[in-house]
Amino acid sequence: MSWVLELLKAIGLTVVIFTFLAVVTAMIGVYLERKIAGWIQARLGPKHVGPQGLLQTVADTVKLLQKEHITPRRADVLMFNAAPVVVAVAALLDWVVIPFGTLGSRVLIVRDINIGVLYFSAMASITVLGIITAGWSSNNKYALLGGLRSASQLISYELPLALGILWAAMVAGTLSTVGIVEAQIQQGGWFLFTLPPPVGRLGAPFGILAAVTFLVAATAEVNRVPFDLPEAESELVAGYFVEYTGMRFALFQLGEYGEMFGMAALATIMFLGGWAEPHLAPYLWVAVALGTFVVAAVILLTARHSLIIRPILILALLTAAVSLLMSVGIHLPSIVWFLLKLFTLVFFLMWVRWTYPRLRLDQLLNLSWKVLLPLGLLNLLATALVLTLGGR
Amino acid sequence: MQVGLMHYLVLSALLFCTGLYGVVTRRNAVAILMGIELMLNAANINLVAFNRYVTPAAVGGQVFALVIITLAACEAAVGLALVLAAYRSLETTQVDEINIMKW
Amino acid sequence: MGELGVFIILALVTLIPAVVVVTSHNIVRAALSLVPSFLGVTGLYILLQAEFLAGIQVLIYVGAITVLLLFVIMLTEGGTGVRLRQVNEQVPLGAMAAVWLAFVIIVILTRTVWPIGAGSPPPYNAVAIGNAFMTDYVLIFEATSLVLLVSLIGAIVTARGEE
Repeated sequence: MSWVLELLKAIGLTVVIFTFLAVVTAMIGVYLERKIAGWIQARLGPKHVGPQGLLQTVADTVKLLQKEHITPRRADVLMFNAAPVVVAVAALLDWVVIPFGTLGSRVLIVRDINIGVLYFSAMASITVLGIITAGWSSNNKYALLGGLRSASQLISYELPLALGILWAAMVAGTLSTVGIVEAQIQQGGWFLFTLPPPVGRLGAPFGILAAVTFLVAATAEVNRVPFDLPEAESELVAGYFVEYTGMRFALFQLGEYGEMFGMAALATIMFLGGWAEPHLAPYLWVAVALGTFVVAAVILLTARHSLIIRPILILALLTAAVSLLMSVGIHLPSIVWFLLKLFTLVFFLMWVRWTYPRLRLDQLLNLSWKVLLPLGLLNLLATALVLTLGGR
Repeated sequence: MQVGLMHYLVLSALLFCTGLYGVVTRRNAVAILMGIELMLNAANINLVAFNRYVTPAAVGGQVFALVIITLAACEAAVGLALVLAAYRSLETTQVDEINIMKW
Repeated sequence: MGELGVFIILALVTLIPAVVVVTSHNIVRAALSLVPSFLGVTGLYILLQAEFLAGIQVLIYVGAITVLLLFVIMLTEGGTGVRLRQVNEQVPLGAMAAVWLAFVIIVILTRTVWPIGAGSPPPYNAVAIGNAFMTDYVLIFEATSLVLLVSLIGAIVTARGEE
């Protein structure tokens, strides 16, 4: 009866990853978002609830949990209740194929499916159905219009997303996420900057173009600024989740943050080398640490706003600590490297959110169909040509 | 008892006939297209089951099924575009009301 | 034995929503019942060791075709939720024809002796399919991409209307 054991193990791991990710992405993600937003806007974020405001998300969750469940009259109750569940579950299910690192010789992944990245993009395309269902079953014309707008944005951006994924799968030669990271480890460089030998560093423009295509499409897939027209509060009364209150609204937000972290995780795996640590000689690590100290000293002496200093000092301290450890020869566990790269990308996505204004719907769709899709296709073609001429 | 080829064939026959019932009895053009999608899925299950049990080492059946999925997508796109164009001028999607050649 | 249990569960997940699709009076609910039916078919593909096909089935059928059906339902009169009569007068005849056809097909299939082949499926499904598309079936591949191009241009032109 070994299949019972396998089934229980799979269910157990999925439950663990759902709860763990719900905690990490919702709590830490929302807290980070508000603190980073405050830092970029030259103000402090939440700081009253708990030390440094760390318990703010807990307070928000308690507030949302005790709100009333309102179902609109003549809404289709079954679909109305099912829609947030579909969005949240689809967003969390695509974490099944993300490897977090290695422990000894075992890779920390729930299931290394051999069509890993195809499964990821399939799960990302299921959220569209949840959004249309939410929009239609609310029995509200603004929700319906917002849902249809969001669905058309999401299906338009699935194509550049899939093209970015295809690029990395083509260069690595496999669809499995573990295989893509191991291809990068084997070639000794990230796909962002290098292609397999003999092309080497000349492949940097292709990698950067593919990463930019994927990240722009990923930002649009999770309905974040600058692509959040369907859910902006001043447009169509916040779109498809206008009739959702309390915990169901929180489920939508959980789905959005979970998917954003999932897309960032896939981007670190495909373009930044996953759990691989950068290979630099020890003296280079010492140089990085010294450079960080110099930058921190310059900022301390010249910055006028004390609000900007503290996060930069924290980041500088972190970089210096990591570099000194690496130069001495203490290797950090691979999961630490994965999380470092993941949070760097998440910081980058949040930075973009609080910097750019919102795109209008036709500008958004033009960007997808007229810019990203041809760029993605040309990039795929050019990379295939270069790899074949290089003799792969 | 092992799952044999017969189980998949019976399942695909039932799915096909469910789709056929939908195509024959529904009035809405979009519902007829949904029945057609069910029938195409039944054919796909049949092909992949034959591939797995009769010639496991070759992938011809799966290639055929992939081509059918692609063509089903094309046919759904064209069919739904026709339904939209018909709705625009005839103002109905019920196929038994579209029964004269000139409007 | 576990495989038979999984097969029965997947068969129920495929067939019961399919019956809802063809008999429901609410057309949006019918379109949304297509989703569990397609996901059941995905599970059957995984059981038949065709993983690449399963991934493509979810990506295209659930993610694209169902969304297309829902969009057209909402752009035409189905989205108003008005209680129109959804089935025509051929219901008893259609039901009899469907049942009889199912009976005939099942009888014919179970009475044929199929040559069960030996051998095992290739270890990496996607690699085998990719190789097959590039060597044995390249003509079908090119013809299918041409059909895709033509049908999508045709669909856009037809749906756009006269301007």
